[in-house]
Amino acid sequence: MPRGGNRGVKFGVVRFPGTCDEVDAYLAASRVGDAEILWHADADLKGVDAVIVPGGFSYGDHLRVGAVARFAPVMAEVETFAADGGLVLGICNGFQVLCEAGLLPGALLPNTSLKFTCRQVDLEVVNASTSWTNVTAVGDVLSIPAKHTTGRYYAPDATLDELEANGQVVLKYAPGHNFNGSVRDIAGVSNAAGNVVGLMPHPEHAVDPLTGSADGLKLFASAAAVPA
Amino acid sequence: MSRHRELGLTDYEYDLIVEKMGREPNEVELAVFSLMWSEHCGYKHSRPLLKTLPTEGPRLVMGPGENAGAVDVGNGLSCAFKVESHNHPSAVEPFQGAATGVGGILRDIFAIGARPIAILDSLRFGEVGESARSRYLLEHAVAGIGHYGNSIGIATVGGEIYFEGPYETNCLVNAMAVGLIETDELIKSAAAGVGNVVVLFGARTGRDGIGGASVLASAELDVDMEKRPTVQIGDPFEEKKLLECSLELLDRKLLVALQDLGAAGLTSSSAEMAAKGEVGLDLHVRRVPLREQDMEAFEIMISESQERMLCVVEPERVQEVLDVCAKWEVNATAIGEVTDTRRLRVFDGDELVGDLPVEALVDECPTYELEPAEPATPIYPVPPRLLDSEDPAEILLALLGSANLASRTPVFEQYDALVGSRTVRRPEQADAAVLLLPDPKHDDRLTALSPSKDDDGPKPAIAVSIDGNGRRVAADPYRGAVEAVLECSANLACVGAEPLGLTNCLNFGNPEKPHIAWQFSRAIAGLGDACRAFGIPVVGGNVSLYNEGSEGPIYPTPVVGLVGELPDARRSGRLAFQNAGDVIAIVSADSWAPSNAASELSKLRGEAVEGPLPAVDLGELKALHAAIRQAVRAGSLSSAHDVAEGGVAVALAESAIHSGLGATVGRLDDLFGEGPGAFIVTGPADAITAFGAAATVIGEVGGDALIIEGAISLPVADLERAFSGGLADLLH
Repeated sequence: MPRGGNRGVKFGVVRFPGTCDEVDAYLAASRVGDAEILWHADADLKGVDAVIVPGGFSYGDHLRVGAVARFAPVMAEVETFAADGGLVLGICNGFQVLCEAGLLPGALLPNTSLKFTCRQVDLEVVNASTSWTNVTAVGDVLSIPAKHTTGRYYAPDATLDELEANGQVVLKYAPGHNFNGSVRDIAGVSNAAGNVVGLMPHPEHAVDPLTGSADGLKLFASAAAVPA
Repeated sequence: MSRHRELGLTDYEYDLIVEKMGREPNEVELAVFSLMWSEHCGYKHSRPLLKTLPTEGPRLVMGPGENAGAVDVGNGLSCAFKVESHNHPSAVEPFQGAATGVGGILRDIFAIGARPIAILDSLRFGEVGESARSRYLLEHAVAGIGHYGNSIGIATVGGEIYFEGPYETNCLVNAMAVGLIETDELIKSAAAGVGNVVVLFGARTGRDGIGGASVLASAELDVDMEKRPTVQIGDPFEEKKLLECSLELLDRKLLVALQDLGAAGLTSSSAEMAAKGEVGLDLHVRRVPLREQDMEAFEIMISESQERMLCVVEPERVQEVLDVCAKWEVNATAIGEVTDTRRLRVFDGDELVGDLPVEALVDECPTYELEPAEPATPIYPVPPRLLDSEDPAEILLALLGSANLASRTPVFEQYDALVGSRTVRRPEQADAAVLLLPDPKHDDRLTALSPSKDDDGPKPAIAVSIDGNGRRVAADPYRGAVEAVLECSANLACVGAEPLGLTNCLNFGNPEKPHIAWQFSRAIAGLGDACRAFGIPVVGGNVSLYNEGSEGPIYPTPVVGLVGELPDARRSGRLAFQNAGDVIAIVSADSWAPSNAASELSKLRGEAVEGPLPAVDLGELKALHAAIRQAVRAGSLSSAHDVAEGGVAVALAESAIHSGLGATVGRLDDLFGEGPGAFIVTGPADAITAFGAAATVIGEVGGDALIIEGAISLPVADLERAFSGGLADLLH
């Protein structure tokens, strides 16, 4: 497992008012490369190689989860960056934002319990060739915490069939671990090119065995392993 | 009724105000006095007793009197912490009551410059199995705590919940917050510098929470009264911005003083800042940004709208302060100046509408001597008999499935316990939460208070726990309060942590009644003696009195929160068995004398709540806790768990349930008795020998059943089913 030091990859972590997990994402990314914070009001990605849209409650999520954040000046840059093949990871609220922005297919609905749930879950790697999973293998099981109220992945059946056919379903909840009611146990998806990935569980909280698991580090290491 | 009585002031107090003012107070002045001289702000029935608590300790950095206390946790860092009640608002409107309880205690932490890193809570409701109202209060209070803590991104890492009849009308919602700060960056709340500017920043001021401190917090709860307008409404998004904004203002060294607006709003925050700094303040209420434009001057002064802070700034730095606030989209307005008058003067436009002596408001609130008298007859009703069986296996299953002992997972799962990436022991993994400390003096401002990403070398950490058992205090106020400290310290010992400081929230009934005064004074004596014996300073806390309604008082419920340190989180203890073949031992004090008095079993059997509780030798227990702590720190034990509610049998069952491993144990003298001074530990045989005579080997880990010779033989799966279903089934 690569760790520490500068491997030449620079991660940018977006911070909106209400973002909660940006320092965790920053710390996780800086285990495999450099990291810096990107301010929501700046239309500037500061030349980073990969962008992380982290978890939290952007703008308070007062309207609909992620719905306001997609209009932030920094997100226009992220959209252009993604279209040019730049590496983008959306975690939890970040996943919701990327879906709202149309960078990822589908939508996130309230958990079937309608309650916030914080739980360590097992995820199965379905596609190990995206920019954010390339150091894993298909069938690997990652132990990563999830914590959200609105994380039930949804897309129409036709879209789901297409996503599965294209390998865009990247991560699934292992049997018995889908607590939020996501369709087809989907925990994370990618865009067609595989450079943009979003997932509800929090890999940035699983980078040290001392706090539960280091499996999440593999996502950051994957991005660091992508040739510039 | 005269106006001052409506506001909760006695005739005597009103006369005293007239004397100190040299004239009759006007409406604004009377409103301000009524709040500052309420029990909530003035501590008029509790101050003399609180002064008996020990507040000195070698690691103390900030003691009682500031927004939060703080202790030195090494490497130039301090840990700030405090617990506070939000009982009456939660009984009236549980979601907002609990949410704003969390918001308020978090502001106390960042008001001294510390970054909040953890929340714990201590909750009491009526019998949730029988009462739809209690289920409603529980579900909404838990949702409120989660809503606030999760949304602001601060981990809720621990807590406790008990269900007892006397909390039916008057639930308890106590929230504790913990923060970190570099010790030399601590900021105080004393206003200073005549001519400096007073800036109010944060949310706009509305009519929410008007009179909360006096009408709601300092009187008995009458549920028929329409008190909902006195409950504040919280917005964690506003507070998240306020938190980051405040910490950036402090980081840029732009502030002379900082204070949060809590109970009594602008009134108490400004008066306390002025009193501490021995200065005066002129405030201009028409400059305060309002939610409703027609608010009167007194309403602006006493509004308890949430998510607001007050700071003092040098005139030439005001623009920089406003710029930082603008960056975070936080309202900021200069509303006054520091003066040398030692008076709080309130201006409505050009008109002087209030002119108050600061010392009289803050320091000269009258205090009252309590008149304690032990009640001649029992105060509390006998609980209904729920269990007839004498079969130990049936008793164990009944205890594990009881609302008070069953798994808290359905509650804890609604809280984010992980944000911050420092949580080494989550709820139900150990008896206390363990949180990593940051690297000393990190250059990167963003990560200055973040856990180290260096995977090698020791990982210093803190452990936190919150405890209190009202039924035991009701049975024996002195020993019950002693037990609260012992329980908290035992929890810390089980993860390997040494206590550094204690905070408390003292929840009692109406202290003007002699039997409540007796409970209160005996409990404080117990807390003080236990803290002195263990060398733990009380760094601050909160008093919540008048917790009673028409059906009588709550159980007297002192809740204590402890912060301790451990040198290496890699060796944090766990409560689950780890390895088949490990030896199981009881490590106990000579004075350990478990009994059924006020135990969970006595409750299931419908026995009266009465003492005396077992006597304890505090010196011996201090040594016992140290022995457990040292063994955990040495890494020689596989698990450590203190014997608490439900006695030895429940402690063994919990260690089995959380591991899935069973155990075979020999004959035990006492299965379900309770009393401080015993631990269940497991490990290799030589690790147990190190305890000498204090340890008694009782069995071995292994198999898939819990077998206690001559008493119990139950598959762990059955124990797990009773335990996990106990509370979950009641809630659905």
